[in-house]
Amino acid sequence: MRFLLDTEQRAFAASLDAMLGSADTPAAVRAWAGGDHVPGRALWSRLAEAGVFALAVPEAYEGLGPLPVDLAVAFVELGRHAVPGPVVETVAAAALLGGLSALGEPGPAERLLPDLASGKSPATLLLPDPAESSPRSGTADPAALSGGHALDADAAAVSLVVDGDGLWLAAGHGPVRASLDPARRLARPDSGGELLAAGPGVARAALRALAWARLATAAQALGVGLALLGRTVEYAGRRTQFGVPVASFQAVKHRLADALIALEFARPLLFGAALSMAPADVAAAKVTACEAAYGTARTALQLHGAIGYTAEYDLSLWFTKARALRSAWGTPAVCRAEALAGLSGGGRPRS
Amino acid sequence: MDLDLSPADEAFRAEARAWLDEHVPAVPPPSLETAEGFAAHRVWEAELAADRWSVVSWPAEYGGRDADLVRWLVFEEEYHAAGAPGRVGQNGVSLLAPTLFEHGTAEQRARVLPSMATGEVVWAQAWSEPEAGSDLASLRSRAVRTDGGWLLRGHKTWSSRAAFADRAFGLFRSEPGLEKPHRGLTYLMFDLRAPGVTVRPIGRLDGRPAFAELFLDDVFVPDEDVIGEPGQGWRVAMSTAGNERGLTLRSPGRFLAAADRLAALWRDRGDPSDTALRERVADAVIGARAYQLFTYAHASRLLEGEGIGSESSLNKVFWSELDLALHETALDLLGAGGESADGAWCEGYVFALAGPVYAGTNEIQRDIIAERLLGLPKGRR
Repeated sequence: MRFLLDTEQRAFAASLDAMLGSADTPAAVRAWAGGDHVPGRALWSRLAEAGVFALAVPEAYEGLGPLPVDLAVAFVELGRHAVPGPVVETVAAAALLGGLSALGEPGPAERLLPDLASGKSPATLLLPDPAESSPRSGTADPAALSGGHALDADAAAVSLVVDGDGLWLAAGHGPVRASLDPARRLARPDSGGELLAAGPGVARAALRALAWARLATAAQALGVGLALLGRTVEYAGRRTQFGVPVASFQAVKHRLADALIALEFARPLLFGAALSMAPADVAAAKVTACEAAYGTARTALQLHGAIGYTAEYDLSLWFTKARALRSAWGTPAVCRAEALAGLSGGGRPRS
Repeated sequence: MDLDLSPADEAFRAEARAWLDEHVPAVPPPSLETAEGFAAHRVWEAELAADRWSVVSWPAEYGGRDADLVRWLVFEEEYHAAGAPGRVGQNGVSLLAPTLFEHGTAEQRARVLPSMATGEVVWAQAWSEPEAGSDLASLRSRAVRTDGGWLLRGHKTWSSRAAFADRAFGLFRSEPGLEKPHRGLTYLMFDLRAPGVTVRPIGRLDGRPAFAELFLDDVFVPDEDVIGEPGQGWRVAMSTAGNERGLTLRSPGRFLAAADRLAALWRDRGDPSDTALRERVADAVIGARAYQLFTYAHASRLLEGEGIGSESSLNKVFWSELDLALHETALDLLGAGGESADGAWCEGYVFALAGPVYAGTNEIQRDIIAERLLGLPKGRR
């Protein structure tokens, strides 16, 4: 057993961090929020060159994967830099198409996956509501999973819709609605379009897509939380009141310590889930990482004071994303229910 | 990155499980915080030791199995999943033994460890004093030089297990008046039945004497019972404190087993419409899994030669709050029956209540996290 990232994985994270850190990502986020996808697409191409989207695509379709651990490594960095666009949705779409292929339906994968892997085609995805995908939860709000929208359908080259046993390639989308996170643009894909596949395999592949979406969201949320914490530690150390840095006050320190504890205990759940890809493990990672990120966002807002409550200050890019991710691809209640139904102590395997 | 056990580790797990299945008493012994229960737990330690299961991580020459960290974690998972009794010797095994391995002499190890492994000698800790709690370095109990050894004078308190234990270890001020309070301290072992020792048991919240005050009136300790160099006690003790806060005292196995029992209790007795309680059960189960995986990651780093650092403060806050949440949730699930004091959940709850306080309060831990892990400036406590 060696439950640690290897040297290559750490180097991969560091190279993505350096690349995104020098690419003026906040400007791309703000452009994306205004409907200008050009800087965001440039960033997308660079991420694709680094292999990020190929990690969810099997080698048979010009991918590198499926490599969920490496994907989680990458998505922590995407979250750390608040990268805009349907990054999670592209990965989920790839998982769906790859899953269908594994179930004996390779046509859609052959046609679409190479362009997803290469970054040529950002994709988005609308899955049925979680009451169908997780019947055990019993409390699912029918709109909880996606709110009936596909993220950034206006920017996606491929919009997939799963409707019962059918997988559709949507031809267009409805009006774009604003999200609390301005860099997330919400639109409902048009119904109908081209039927890509039909049969019970579609629903099974959709469950696989849901697991990948949750894993990627969990990783993204962890990165968002780490960025919020890092920025707040830096700010609280610099901001002085009463003649001393506010970070020297115990009330401030303890909130930051609690944020670190929450994030650092979400991290092993994330990578444990990436290793197993079991739905309960993924759900546990998703709810824990998103709760940690959102708790950190609240701490960040409080400790920044009024400046944190402004749209012009970059903290808002991460704060609003933390809030949005918390409900995306499975609310905390849905994920807790799935985790409880499937997790055992782990130490003593059940016979 | 993987979570796979080697075939040899799996064989170790199977061997431990088989032994525990055969030996764990069907009826648990009485609470170890009673005279009768303490004696029964000693007998259990002897039974474990007879087949070398009492201190698996120690070298074979002292009664262990040379188990590495992964095997120790595996053993703990099996031990708690089997519902085996609490460990009466834990203070000695988790705190004193690591100190002896790091700072003791071969003679001390040979003299102290075998009887610790069998439960023949149970050790209590003697750190805190009435005026020295979180600020441990302000302690005032003295070790005064005398022929062939030291005379201990002072007042220790909150000494876990001391009501029934045989010996104790702790820090004493051997050079008073130095500028820095961490200097001039000496780490000593002493006999709780030696002339000059008065033990006054203290009832914890449920009245059971889980700890005691120690009044020391010129208690003679021979030189052979000093660990490390006189005056270097703080440095010696801090390696022990790292163990107490970190991996060794609180293994994930205990929380995993409790989380499994809690989930079973929810399935048996939970009201499906009480979604607020269900969320708490889920959080406890997820928390136990998170602690297990965090510990595997920590163990992996230690096996690659990294030391236990300030990260152990993350552990301490997390497990102590998880333990309390697990037990509070169980008591709420039990409803009106939850207050029944003879239940395992109630006993576990009272035990868990102390977690955020001992081994360095969680407020001190958060200071350490903020200053050493996040790099925030020091301020007044």
